[in-house]
Amino acid sequence: MDSGIEPVKENPVKEITTYTDSRDVLAKARQQADERNFDDVFIADIDAHHTETESWREIITYIDDPVVREQAKEMVFHRSGTPPYGLNGDLALRYQDVGGRIPHQAARSETINEAEIKEAGHRDLVLAKRAYEAMGIDIQVVFPTPMLFLGMHPQFDMEAILGKAYNRWQVENILKKDRKLKTMMFLPFNDPESALETIEEFGDSPGCVGFMVTSVRYKAVHHNHYMKVYRALEERGLPIGFHAGYYWQDPFMMQINRFGSMHALSFVWCNVVHMTNWIMNGLSERFPSLPVVWIESGLAWVPWLMQRLDHTYLMRSSEAPLLKKLPSEYMKEMFYTCQPMETDHPKALELTFEMINAKEQLLYASDWPHYDFDAPSVIWDLPFLDEQSKRNILGQNAKRIFNFER
Amino acid sequence: MGEIYVGRTEEFGERDRKIIAQGNMEIGVFCIEGEFFAYENNCVHQGGPACQGKIINKVEEVIHETEKTAHGLKFSETDVHIVCPWHGYEYNVRDGRHPGNKNIRLRPFKVDVKDGEVYVHI
Ligand code: FES
Repeated sequence: MDSGIEPVKENPVKEITTYTDSRDVLAKARQQADERNFDDVFIADIDAHHTETESWREIITYIDDPVVREQAKEMVFHRSGTPPYGLNGDLALRYQDVGGRIPHQAARSETINEAEIKEAGHRDLVLAKRAYEAMGIDIQVVFPTPMLFLGMHPQFDMEAILGKAYNRWQVENILKKDRKLKTMMFLPFNDPESALETIEEFGDSPGCVGFMVTSVRYKAVHHNHYMKVYRALEERGLPIGFHAGYYWQDPFMMQINRFGSMHALSFVWCNVVHMTNWIMNGLSERFPSLPVVWIESGLAWVPWLMQRLDHTYLMRSSEAPLLKKLPSEYMKEMFYTCQPMETDHPKALELTFEMINAKEQLLYASDWPHYDFDAPSVIWDLPFLDEQSKRNILGQNAKRIFNFER
Repeated sequence: MGEIYVGRTEEFGERDRKIIAQGNMEIGVFCIEGEFFAYENNCVHQGGPACQGKIINKVEEVIHETEKTAHGLKFSETDVHIVCPWHGYEYNVRDGRHPGNKNIRLRPFKVDVKDGEVYVHI
């Protein structure tokens, strides 16, 4: 006889580790998706990552330069205990998982059988699918991880050499095989000529929905030699994204002793500098149809910078003669990914949403599998948004600027 | 309201746990130095699986009593934390509270041990 009382079960996953299946790590996200009926909501995740170094043996085979390729192969295939050839990853990468407390950040060493890899076409695709399905995500824009530091590489041309190899590998192995996965292609911004070549080579590739500049670099975005890059993107209707990162060796950051402190500042600082140059040099006036997306700096910095720049501009408009309106008005027309969304001060967050016109300009991003990822419920559960705004932020705003049919 | 049978005490090693579920409600039951504690497996932050995280002692900073100089970090000898694996919120396993904000707290459940059997009251 049915007692009406649900039976008590034991969850076999006592502790989540680096070996736990992503679907178990994200079981609560799946539950959240079911409770909120996310199957009925179009969700586009504009910033997720894979760990490209796990596929480094494949990626280096796509390097154009035969000498560099040979060196890379020698090192990757024959030398033990060395980091992936060519990468200049920041020392802070060692601290991201808070000493093993956040396992999915450290590694995803879960079991994937050969049949699954064969069916999907690549191990990365199995991992991606497990995660995006758990979170109810329909489209996911994928970026690399340690390559985000390449803008600081001391060898000037390495960014373009590895960037192009990675783009080629990604098109063949990821984007062609899972049409739910897209990317904003890696743009080797330190060299404008290579950046332009990259746009020409990959602009029409399947899954390419835009181009991405890694923000960690000491390059002024208003330099004349970048104008042809912006024009090429604007002509093609492809957004440019500035993907934030950190750089502990930055002279100011070197005063900081804890990873979290450095991460809190550095991940924002790079985009604060680029945004300021973009606005005050009138790039929004020069490229009015180029959608600009600011990725992974959270949101709290935007109202702060709006206030700083408006205040300054009104006193010194002669220094920014291209501007026809306030800096904050240009910033309100730009696009922002939400993650990592600062949710701990609800009133401030609500005001931030108003100031950035979030219902039309904000784009959901998970940043999975990184330590500060946001599940889609962070947007859905906001008490001050109506349902249409939630749907816009979770996917409809992204649909306006990205062509996901590509 | 009711009582859920979790298991026998000898099924738990030191710093061991069980994650039990009834319907959509999951509860983590922890055994720390022979004492039992239970919390809903639902992190205050984003609803992550807090009870399935790493069990690790609280980290403390060593400060000289009068000079206030810093002398590195150490693990607490008494306070044990459970760390939510999604983003790292830490909760004291004995009261379910976050070290920096006492209002951030896992939902606790009363645990009874009767004749070597562990029960959680829901
Ligand atoms: S959900 Fe637990 S730390 Fe975020």
